[in-house]
Amino acid sequence: MRKLLIIALKDLKLIFRDPAALILMLLAPFLITLGMGLVTGRFSGNATSGISSMTVAIVNQDEGELGKALEAMFTSEELADLVEPTFPTTPDQAHRLLEADEASAAIVIPPGFSASIIPDELGSTSGEVVQIAFIASPNAPTNAGILRSILDAFLTHVEVGRIGAEVTLSQLAQTGKLTPELAARLGEDLGTQLAQQSAQAQPIRLENTTASGAAVKFDLLMYFAPGMALMFLMFAVTYGGRSLLQENRTGTLPRMLQTPTTSAQILGGKVLGIFLTAVAQLTILIGGTSLLFSLDWGEPLGVLLLILAAAFAASGWGSFIATLFKTPAQVANFGSIIMLVFGLLGGSFFDMSLLPGWVSALGKITPNAWGLQGFTTLAGGGTLSSIGEPLLALVLMGIILFAAASIWMRRRGIAGK
Amino acid sequence: MALILEVRDLVKKYGDFTAVNGISFSVDEGEIFSLLGPNGAGKTTTISVISTLFTPTSGNASVCGFSVLTDPMAVKGCIGVVPQELALYEDLTALENLQFWGQMYGLSGKALADRIAEVLDQIGLTDKAKQRVKTYSGGMKRRVNIGIGLLHKPKLLFMDEPTVGIDPQSRRAILDSVKELNRQGMSILYTTHYMEEAQELSDRVGIIDHGELIALGTQEELTRQVDETDTLVLHIAENEDPQPLVDRLQILEGVRRADAIDHEISIITHSAQELIAPAIRTAEAMGIKIYSMDIREPNLEAVFLHLTGRALRD
Repeated sequence: MRKLLIIALKDLKLIFRDPAALILMLLAPFLITLGMGLVTGRFSGNATSGISSMTVAIVNQDEGELGKALEAMFTSEELADLVEPTFPTTPDQAHRLLEADEASAAIVIPPGFSASIIPDELGSTSGEVVQIAFIASPNAPTNAGILRSILDAFLTHVEVGRIGAEVTLSQLAQTGKLTPELAARLGEDLGTQLAQQSAQAQPIRLENTTASGAAVKFDLLMYFAPGMALMFLMFAVTYGGRSLLQENRTGTLPRMLQTPTTSAQILGGKVLGIFLTAVAQLTILIGGTSLLFSLDWGEPLGVLLLILAAAFAASGWGSFIATLFKTPAQVANFGSIIMLVFGLLGGSFFDMSLLPGWVSALGKITPNAWGLQGFTTLAGGGTLSSIGEPLLALVLMGIILFAAASIWMRRRGIAGK
Repeated sequence: MALILEVRDLVKKYGDFTAVNGISFSVDEGEIFSLLGPNGAGKTTTISVISTLFTPTSGNASVCGFSVLTDPMAVKGCIGVVPQELALYEDLTALENLQFWGQMYGLSGKALADRIAEVLDQIGLTDKAKQRVKTYSGGMKRRVNIGIGLLHKPKLLFMDEPTVGIDPQSRRAILDSVKELNRQGMSILYTTHYMEEAQELSDRVGIIDHGELIALGTQEELTRQVDETDTLVLHIAENEDPQPLVDRLQILEGVRRADAIDHEISIITHSAQELIAPAIRTAEAMGIKIYSMDIREPNLEAVFLHLTGRALRD
């Protein structure tokens, strides 16, 4: 295992010292993500852009003002051109709408949501932590992302108002300018007012992409950032794959074979190097876009597992592609083609739900499609349990490809005698 | 003296092509043994098989008492290899290259650090150890290439044409370092197509051609085969075609063979002294000016010519 790590870390060091590789691995996805986000963000401000029928299933189990306010917001005139809300009565019905692709996302407002935020006449809230559930359809990640933003904007508005009211009332009570009884009554009034304001607020600012379009840009980048990261991940893995052939050509691979190291250790180290490179690339891109574009990728553990699974599957492709060709140049050329084809098929450029069914089905051979499904699900509020399918698919893909690559390597005698 | 390497009836074929055809030789502990032969003679293939990179088609070799067929990992632990082509990571520094290859040979921690410091000193690159190899001159790269092979203090060092393509100064430094390593007790299997290097370094020489070992012995033993011959070397102008003169010299009385390499004509004869005057007259008759001439004692070049009818650099 030590020698595997030595070889893998050496490869990692080499790839991060190659300026051309760094441009394609890191800079290009950053810039394209930014560019596509800006371009598509501008389109989203246009009612004829095509993002005009986002269906959302809203299950309102809350008896209070905030639940009604949320419903009212989604049925407001401002969003009428953009959102088609339906109101199933149970979460199960909402799930069924998602499964039938009749909704891009579902929002479940649980009982007691308002009570957990608005103080009652005694001046206290229920004290329970009641959270709204947002369930994104993996088949409509863009729409789900936008709907998620609308919801986030509403909740932010509520939260800001709640904290403001709480601080004001608490200060007034502490300075003796307000009796506790009055403070309770005022708190209830403020809560009701907050709910009304939240419903009337223009929460998502979709029509103004320059001054207050952060929420829109956020959503679209949240789709394109993983799309581009996954597409350029294929570059990193084919780069790693061709380094095996490159080392054979430059004599370092034969030299390794003349050290007390088995060919299995060397191949294992090279493959581990490809995997570590892929993990490093995705981690840097995700970390970078989080910092630069303020993206929220979702549950950290889920994101980590998806990074590992996507890197594993992509490394499988990288290793497999390397076994098909004889020269590094051939791998590089084919790798570039594969990167673009997988990007197209895997939904890196546009929502796969817009493509014919057979194309979407074909796209499932790519790590891009599964990775994108997982990342957008997490970004749309999904949890670890909701990305089980893409995780499993990516791991299986990796296992199958590594097995195939291993068989081919033995047949071709790469790193053998 | 104990054998550090024993090669027996080694054959390596690639399809119908036989690269090494049944060669046998041995290297004693503490010896410098050279395989001398032209490009494509089978020297690199022989080293590749002995260093376990390729499996032999037939025959066997044992290194430090371990068979390349049955105990390749033990063989690898005993040998160091300096390949003909530079096998380095140019985007890593010399220090990083030595660290990586040292780890591949199983070194780690202080032992590795100490050994790297020694090797850097040995190859004269301590001051430039933290520069990337791609910024080095050809000679410096060659030295790193050699240093890697020395890291784990191998008992037997394979050096495959280590001076190809470098300047005379670096070449001198490498030859001196080979002798120094040998003085320190390292056995060396050295391949070259430069007769001068084999003559200067070797305790014994094996002459290889077309995959076969055609002569083997000390330099004295080998040159004894051509004891009755001298070599008269004529230097003509660079823009002259030497071939017509070679053809005329070939038929002079007492000439066993004449060959031209660039503007240098080598004449193997029983007596170089007696051939000087006829050679000058022949050249003058053809209008070819001889700029200088010298007489060489019997050497390995003459042996190779004698045995194969070709010059080493053909």
